[in-house]
Amino acid sequence: MRAQSGIIQPPSLISVKNLRLTGRRGRGPETPIVENVSFDVAEKEMLALIGESGSGKTSIALALTGYARRGCRIAGGHIHVAGYDVTAMPPAELRAFRGKTIAYIAQNAGAAFNPALPLMDQVIEPALLHHTMPRRMAIERAISLFELMALPSPGTIGSRYPHELSGGQIQRLMAATALITGPEVVIFDEPTTALDVTTQIEVLEAFRTVRREEGFTGVYVTHDLAVVAQMADRAVVLKNGVVQEEGTTEQILSAPRHSYTQALLAANTPRIRNNVTETKDTGKDVPALDVRDLVVGYGGTGRDGRPRHTILSDVSLPVLPGETMGIIGESGCGKSTLIRAIAGIQPWTNGGITFEGEPLAPRIEARSAAQRRHLQLVAQNADLVLNPAMSVGDTLRRVLTFNGDAATDVEIGHLLDMVRLPVALADRFPPELSGGQKQRVNLARALAARPRLVLCDEITAALDTVVAAAILDLMMELKRELGIAWLFVTHDLHALRSVCDRVAVLYAGHRVEFTPVAALETPPHHPYTRRLENSVPEMRADWLSDVIGQRDQACDMAPAMPSSRGNGCCYVSRCPVREAVCEISVPPVRRSPDGALISCHLTIQDLSRSTAPGDQS
Amino acid sequence: MTMNAALIRAILRIIGASLVSLVFVTIAVFFITAVLPGDVADALLGQAATPDAVAALRHSLNLDKPVLVRFVIWVNGLLHGDFGVSLISRRPVLAMASERLIHSLLLAGVTALFAVPVALVLGTASAIFRNTLFDRAVSLLTLCVVSVPEFLVATLAVFIFSVQLHLLPSLASISDIHSIGSFLASFSMPVTTLACVIVGQMSRMTRAVMIDALGSSWVEMAVLKGASPAHIILRHVIPNVIAPLFNVIALSLSYLLGGVVIVESVFHYPGIASLMVDSVAARDIPLVQICALIFCAAYLFLTTLADIVALLSSQRRHAA
Repeated sequence: MRAQSGIIQPPSLISVKNLRLTGRRGRGPETPIVENVSFDVAEKEMLALIGESGSGKTSIALALTGYARRGCRIAGGHIHVAGYDVTAMPPAELRAFRGKTIAYIAQNAGAAFNPALPLMDQVIEPALLHHTMPRRMAIERAISLFELMALPSPGTIGSRYPHELSGGQIQRLMAATALITGPEVVIFDEPTTALDVTTQIEVLEAFRTVRREEGFTGVYVTHDLAVVAQMADRAVVLKNGVVQEEGTTEQILSAPRHSYTQALLAANTPRIRNNVTETKDTGKDVPALDVRDLVVGYGGTGRDGRPRHTILSDVSLPVLPGETMGIIGESGCGKSTLIRAIAGIQPWTNGGITFEGEPLAPRIEARSAAQRRHLQLVAQNADLVLNPAMSVGDTLRRVLTFNGDAATDVEIGHLLDMVRLPVALADRFPPELSGGQKQRVNLARALAARPRLVLCDEITAALDTVVAAAILDLMMELKRELGIAWLFVTHDLHALRSVCDRVAVLYAGHRVEFTPVAALETPPHHPYTRRLENSVPEMRADWLSDVIGQRDQACDMAPAMPSSRGNGCCYVSRCPVREAVCEISVPPVRRSPDGALISCHLTIQDLSRSTAPGDQS
Repeated sequence: MTMNAALIRAILRIIGASLVSLVFVTIAVFFITAVLPGDVADALLGQAATPDAVAALRHSLNLDKPVLVRFVIWVNGLLHGDFGVSLISRRPVLAMASERLIHSLLLAGVTALFAVPVALVLGTASAIFRNTLFDRAVSLLTLCVVSVPEFLVATLAVFIFSVQLHLLPSLASISDIHSIGSFLASFSMPVTTLACVIVGQMSRMTRAVMIDALGSSWVEMAVLKGASPAHIILRHVIPNVIAPLFNVIALSLSYLLGGVVIVESVFHYPGIASLMVDSVAARDIPLVQICALIFCAAYLFLTTLADIVALLSSQRRHAA
């Protein structure tokens, strides 16, 4: 349905006018998801759709392809994409349009690839469906796209299956799938949200490279303003399905006009919440928690008495009373395993843990009632841990009676007050609450046991930036009020900096650095810590180019391989400053003047030097 | 190579487990048949028999020996390929059972050929058009059919089509089959009755499996690539649901084994199930035992096959 000659062509490649999307749950009433949204995207331009969960940004992105998820529909307005009137096309024409003229890159590529088919079949599928080229040519084009996006072994990676690749690799394969037909428009739906910051850089760079080479028009859906700064020319800010503000990326990020954009920007800007409690690790205090040389693994025990495959290798972690200890590392580094071992749901094979001077049994069943009570876990996903059929009040009441405390309404009111929730919420059920409220209830449930140490496993990872910032604020208030110790696991360096006193950096199951948070700002640091720091996206538009320019490409290609046996440094394959000795012997632990413990063969002087700006290639 | 070795080991483990089950089943079959009330001597000689005659017959048939001794004799026979002879006809039970088994397999096979495609198509269609009028109609219909016991379906079918309408013979005689017409006449009612039992169950389970797959992100991705519904089902969904679907089919077919007992009896079809029913009535224990063993072995065969298919379909991905 190309616009016929004589009819005036729309001035831009994508034009959305007064779009209205609605959805209904079951047989409930139809409610609006998106209301009166209009925007245009010029040819070769990249437009960012910015918003938090529930803002309707993904629904809009899908509507551009003429698609609405089950229960949703395009209820009004007009969408023109590359001369097609998307809202007026019958199904057969939509099929010919999707995948050929407009392509979609999903947030979770791991789930968006069919697990039963080899990747190459799926990458070239759009080309075969739309008969844009024969199979052999499609494969050649796919391989050249793989090369362009710096995928390892581009010639053979297509014969593998989705579960065999890492998240960053599979996201790039999804981009190749989208580009195989050379579409005019490509939609990026939060393509790096599920990735680690270190991986995100590679994927963002791959996207920028293909955009430069292929020259498509793009729509980039995200909640991350720093990513917007790298990728987009213009941006539309959405809240609850309504456009708040529209402008160039530069204007939105530097001079936001709308109060919501300003709030988003504030939540994205790192700030220190913690007045660092001066940690006096004199060795005299009994630590609240003392993890000593912990080894967790699987696959049976080898001849040396250690597991055949290790997840955690000799990790030590002393936590002082009242201290907030941060644990950071990318996915797969063992940080959740460490939390689970401390919580008593993941037995260890070597080493040990003491809690307030008393040894902890590996299994929670063998721990004393007092230990179980004083050591509480707050899980990442409140949706999965709160019983949806139990009211908030009953959830808390159960913890109180379980521990033999008086379960009065006053006490429950006090707990809700502690997490800044109105007392009236006691009668509500988890499905009626927002994500932030659920996470607060989740915290209150842990606090109801009157713990001495709370384990927080990525408690802000599933939340929107503004809500996550409020949870971090709450954590700090509780820390001051209650004087309990926290173990805070995260992959978010901003969050870590803002709440922690000391930080342990994990890589491939090894503690590579253990440092007071104040020392994070200045060198020396472990090369991996530095890489983490450099990977956190910044709001300035040239950040990505700078980081990529600084990187040693050869090292980035090397896969992150946990060394299961103790010969050599665990980080050697990705380290830009490695030396021969790093391959063969375990690095010593060095102490910096700031009190950071760094496991590295380089001396403190060398580590300080190699962090100096301009000395990274 | 090691992958293949591991795969073969896993398959052997599954087969080994079902052989162990078969041993336990064999033991159970013997002792359960041993506690059946009454014996063949009473049944053969009738009520007028003198106690002496009954005792003599019992002795000649080894029925006066303790049950454990009889078990040893029986197992010893089995190990030598001797399944015993019928107490009544004195013919080897293996030969009797196997000729009937072929008839039953024919009936089950025709039923499967008819029921499996119908169920898969119905289930898939309901999944695609879920919560529409079509889906609800299929759902209601299959629920009704599943709820009615097969003897009632069979009896009603005979009453309507044979007694009232005189369209079909009430007996499914296998010896009369000379043409497609006579085949249809003999088989249509037994096959339809059996199909009623399994189509409902199979289509409902297929629907659940399909809905699960259709709700996945990779199906949405295929839609956004511009794939047609047929392409999505055949190319994307089917390879992912082979294992669960095969399980559904195997489970339903094994349910056929139960249904066949009733249907063969109602239609006097000369299959193994009616042989078993007759031999129970006559207390012809060796015949009962071999029929029971065949049923159990068939059930084990189907479930083992489903396990192996599930293993292979998951292995295919991991092996690459």
